[in-house]
Amino acid sequence: MNNTDTISLTELSVDKHATILAFNIGTVETTRLASLGFTPGTTVSMAQNYGYGPLIVTVRGTHVALGRVEAAKILVERRVE
Amino acid sequence: MSDCHTASVPPQPIMIRDHKPLLALAGQPNVGKSTLFNLLTGLNQHVGNWPGKTVERREGIFAINGRDYAIVDLPGTYSLTANSPEELITREFILREKPDLVIAIVNAANLERSLYLVAELISLSTPLAIILNMMDVAKQEGLSIEPEVLEAALGVPVITMTATRATGKQDFYRVVKEMLEHHSMLMPRLPEIRADHQTTLDAILNHIQGYVPSPYPENWVALKLLEGDTEITHKMQRAMPAEKWEPVYDLLRQHDDALLAIASGRYEWIGRMIRAAVVHPKIGQISLTRQLDRWAVHPIWGLVILAGILGFVFWLTFTIGSPVQAWLDAQIVGGLGALANQMLAEAPFWLRGLIVDGVIGGVGAVLTFLPIMVIFFAAFGLLEDMGYMARAAFVMDNLMHLMGLHGKSFLPLFLGFGCNVPSIMGTRVIDSKPARLLTILIAPLVPCTARMAVVAFLAPAFFGSNAIFVSWGLVLLALFALVLSGVLLNKIIFKGQRSAFIMEMPLYHIPNGRTIGLLIWQRSISFLKKAGTTILGMSVVIWALSMLPNGDLNQSYLVQFGKWIEPVGRWMGLDWRLTVALITSFPAKENAVATLGVLFGSSPDAALTQTLTSTFSTASALSFLVVTMLFIPCMATVAVIRQETNSWGWTLLNITLLLVISIAAGAGVYHLAVAVGL
Repeated sequence: MNNTDTISLTELSVDKHATILAFNIGTVETTRLASLGFTPGTTVSMAQNYGYGPLIVTVRGTHVALGRVEAAKILVERRVE
Repeated sequence: MSDCHTASVPPQPIMIRDHKPLLALAGQPNVGKSTLFNLLTGLNQHVGNWPGKTVERREGIFAINGRDYAIVDLPGTYSLTANSPEELITREFILREKPDLVIAIVNAANLERSLYLVAELISLSTPLAIILNMMDVAKQEGLSIEPEVLEAALGVPVITMTATRATGKQDFYRVVKEMLEHHSMLMPRLPEIRADHQTTLDAILNHIQGYVPSPYPENWVALKLLEGDTEITHKMQRAMPAEKWEPVYDLLRQHDDALLAIASGRYEWIGRMIRAAVVHPKIGQISLTRQLDRWAVHPIWGLVILAGILGFVFWLTFTIGSPVQAWLDAQIVGGLGALANQMLAEAPFWLRGLIVDGVIGGVGAVLTFLPIMVIFFAAFGLLEDMGYMARAAFVMDNLMHLMGLHGKSFLPLFLGFGCNVPSIMGTRVIDSKPARLLTILIAPLVPCTARMAVVAFLAPAFFGSNAIFVSWGLVLLALFALVLSGVLLNKIIFKGQRSAFIMEMPLYHIPNGRTIGLLIWQRSISFLKKAGTTILGMSVVIWALSMLPNGDLNQSYLVQFGKWIEPVGRWMGLDWRLTVALITSFPAKENAVATLGVLFGSSPDAALTQTLTSTFSTASALSFLVVTMLFIPCMATVAVIRQETNSWGWTLLNITLLLVISIAAGAGVYHLAVAVGL
């Protein structure tokens, strides 16, 4: 598809969906994210993002809070709805 | 991740096992593990710590048809990769203690995520049974689950339960009996990994064969190596000669992306397991959690709600706790004192003094704090059980950034309102070492229940109906001191480092009375034990020091010491009695009141509060309260700080920091109060 684009998770707005592409983050954080349901190819949706401060995403039916710094290191592909 | 965290846990015998079959309860956080453990064991449980760790260890006994079973509640973990002491404890326990049955508890309302741990457990080839808990929540969310389909897919027994309502207990008993008596083992289906990684895995397995120390299974070690598990990597590096380790290390370096492939493999396996067993509802409905979170984690309303909750807890303390406490003080302490005086009329004066002033006056005064403690334990237990604590951490994330910390550091600090000891232990949830040290250093500034109890006792005496405002002011002052020290320490010592904030936000749920009740019970018992030992001992020592050498208080050692150190107290407007009270608060904060009780004599006709009001000026009283709030942490807290930082240097720095802050704040407040004419 050509109407999708690659962004960092922090740029995803509330109630929008995206597919996880990659993490630019350490092994320990990657393990933690994976055990909470974040793996490449998984769909996430944004539950809260005020443009500053931490955000909340829903992944595999779980709400997960992420610091802004961590979320910025998660690359996703925005889904057009 | 530092090396000290990845050292292996020494094997530790189960205290209560005694030839009973041993069960281990494993599960991710927020799946209702504690509720199930409490349901099974009731009061037949023992709470302690894992050896060498400060992770809480709970074990208990339950009976099926008259036969006893020992059960250990393993710490809640998302996976079995050693990122924290909890994961290490869980896997070491299963591999070394070889429990007769591991029970994996999963959240029926969120199978996809909570089966991840099962995908790891099932590869450990330990006898396993699965409990689908929270069936009620799953039903509410419109999920329909067929446990027998899941059981057939997984190849291990699956039991459905709603632990909060005690349904499914008989099924559980039946499965436990069957599995232990008939050793009925189904054949579990193991998760697979992608073909190219399978080749690597086989190659690693080939290299390490013969070098894997007992009791670790070789194929599991190979998998953990490929997952980049630091603890297993170090272990194998030590166990293998350098020339044998080298090819393994090269393989791992070439495949450092395997971690995500393995995780994906587990989720694919989960997907296959649940595809047939779970029917998903139509999406689009907004859950209760989403609705509540619109407010609870809003950047502004979230803070307002948090402040409101804290305010409400303090309000409860003053409107219910304080009157009950005053009543107990008058009736029990006063009554017992009068009774003991009467009964001991013929006894030597020192014995009467020891019983009436030392034991009843000291310990009695502390025991009357119990109602206030219970209110705090109940409130925090309730908030924790409902799932609110994670929201509190979330809304505090921005503020914590000022100190170079993140929201997770707020959780242990929040616990500190109950007691600083669990608060310091709770800093283990913080992943990075500098962030953890910084949190430990500022944690004692959170006013604990014991200090709030002293304030709740003294503030109404000195300030009457303004007590609530004074108390609020004191709390705000302590928190201001906390933020200020945090900001400064972060700049000076830690140079602004920070760690990752990744945290599950559990669904809200109706709190469970049994869980909260047991929590209140266990914490109250531990408080009463403290009153019966440390505080009793201290009360007697203080009474003795106030009587020796010749029975005259004014010539006693205590007064001599108080007068010797009084010049320091004078800066803060404290006379020797208040100074002595402050010093004796080191073994336990509540002692401050007990000491004043002893120093003024606890005769039933003159209530302590009245005596205090007529003796001290408002400025001195205010200063005393401020210093009490910020003074050096109690003995137990210091011991835990030493244990958790593993350094006397950090411990002494912490004590010095609080000593300086408290004296400076006390002196400042006193002179300010005198200047405005109080």
